[in-house]
Amino acid sequence: MLGKKETQELARKVRIHAVKMVNKGGSSHIGSVLSIVDILAVLYGRVMQYRSSDPKWVDRDRFILSKGHAGAGVYATLAECGFLDIVELDKHYQDGSIFSGHVSHKGIPGVELSTGSLGHGLPVASGMALAAKIDKKNHRIFVVMSDGELDEGSNWEAFMFASHHELSNLTAIIDRNKLQSMRTTEETLSLEPLRDKLISFGWNVIEVDGHNHNELSSAIDSDTEKPKVIIANTIKGKGVSFMENEIAWHYRTPSGELFDQAMKDLGEKT
Amino acid sequence: MRDALMKSLFMLAEKDSNVMLLTGDLGYGVFEEFEKKYPKQYLNVGIAEQNMIGVATGLALEGKTIFTYSIGNFPTLRCLEQIRNDACYHELNINIIATGGGFSYGGLGMSHHATEDLAIMRALPGVTVVSPCTEREAELATIELSLRKGVGYLRIDKTKAELANDSADFKIGKARTLVKGTDYTIFVTGGIAEEAVKASKILKESKISLNIVSIHTLKPLDSRFIQNEIKSKKGVISIEEGVLIGGLGSSICELCMDAGVTIKNFKRLGVDDHYSSEVGSQEFLRNKHNLNSDAIVKEVLKFIKH
Repeated sequence: MLGKKETQELARKVRIHAVKMVNKGGSSHIGSVLSIVDILAVLYGRVMQYRSSDPKWVDRDRFILSKGHAGAGVYATLAECGFLDIVELDKHYQDGSIFSGHVSHKGIPGVELSTGSLGHGLPVASGMALAAKIDKKNHRIFVVMSDGELDEGSNWEAFMFASHHELSNLTAIIDRNKLQSMRTTEETLSLEPLRDKLISFGWNVIEVDGHNHNELSSAIDSDTEKPKVIIANTIKGKGVSFMENEIAWHYRTPSGELFDQAMKDLGEKT
Repeated sequence: MRDALMKSLFMLAEKDSNVMLLTGDLGYGVFEEFEKKYPKQYLNVGIAEQNMIGVATGLALEGKTIFTYSIGNFPTLRCLEQIRNDACYHELNINIIATGGGFSYGGLGMSHHATEDLAIMRALPGVTVVSPCTEREAELATIELSLRKGVGYLRIDKTKAELANDSADFKIGKARTLVKGTDYTIFVTGGIAEEAVKASKILKESKISLNIVSIHTLKPLDSRFIQNEIKSKKGVISIEEGVLIGGLGSSICELCMDAGVTIKNFKRLGVDDHYSSEVGSQEFLRNKHNLNSDAIVKEVLKFIKH
């Protein structure tokens, strides 16, 4: 288990990898990746039980990235945590590569579920949580979702299902950066009052600063008798000055001077 | 066929506690006994098919063998992307059961006419698509699907072929001869086989011998058997209670073109490219769509004149 400083360093490294991967691959969604990097660092650095040398270890905690477009962040985290060689990250988004822009499990140790279309993660995580209950297993299931993703009705089917079946081993973390594909979530299809909605669906709701590792860690580890949802208030593009809160970085690829600036912001020499 | 399905599900659940049955809130009067006997292996997920496949995926990833159940198009089209991305791509043992194939629920309207399911499910890589025509086929298909890797689709309906003897071997992917004959072959999938069997009796009186073959497995198709039938008979008809695009008849055309097999006399009977806004019993709608024994007889007689 890593301390606060170490998870922050893990997050910094993951951000650097992700920006480099997106730059090399000419791919998109870097803002969405940077938004969840602190969540990933806390999960993999401090909270989750796993064995990188034995990715299918039966008692491991399970992690699902429902917002599959942030896959670069997961690949980079897995590499930093020993599931993959760091050099593998160079293959991201390259011709013939298995490291797709949206996270894929095929041939990539540590990825439980391939996603890419939104609204798939929580139902599957609910099934995994139910299986653990049936089999009397103690591992936990974590799923990271985007806030825009909550437009998909399948999530709300799963919110109902998980509380009905008292899946207390399930934790959903909502990346609440308040931006979606075209505009803010509130301008597109308002989610608020999100907290109240989730409470009314029977979940234990905790709201935190999604970039504060101690807050994230305490919330994730707090006891619960219900399924838990953490609304992690985040900043899209977090860590790179010109990307923060800018929808354009859902799509744009950092290159040239902007890439150099991003590296500088993240404390990496170019 | 539902009784046959349940017989197999009871047997499988008894044998293996990892076998689970999930329903999208349908099966009133059918599942109560199963639920009572295997409460930990039964789950009514509610009227939420997308979540049903997602939950099935999570359970199957953890080693469960899953059957999902609903009627008509709900277990397939309503949650098609979950089937594709979650169940299929992860190569899981999830078997989707739809009851009410074709026009079984004809009176309930277009929403309940399951006529594109076979074509659509067949297009998904890795899916085993089975549409049995007798209770025995349904019973054995259920068992075999549970043992088979990957996603299965089992489409059952209220009708079935009435056979003097239903003891022929059954194996997924192997065509099954229901009535032996020498002149023309009728390929059929699903309960509408009853119409082909009727046609064989009618034509027998005119000394025309029909060979009725159940293509219960639309995917993987028994290509070799079908080619041999085509080569050895004077003509071939396919009949299916579903759209012509992408179904049984289409599959036969594809394999013939691919294999360079030519058919002189060939007719596909199925639903043409439209939705039925007319309602009625299954029999009524079959007749309306020219899917009956009379249509088969007519087509065979046309072959003879030709």
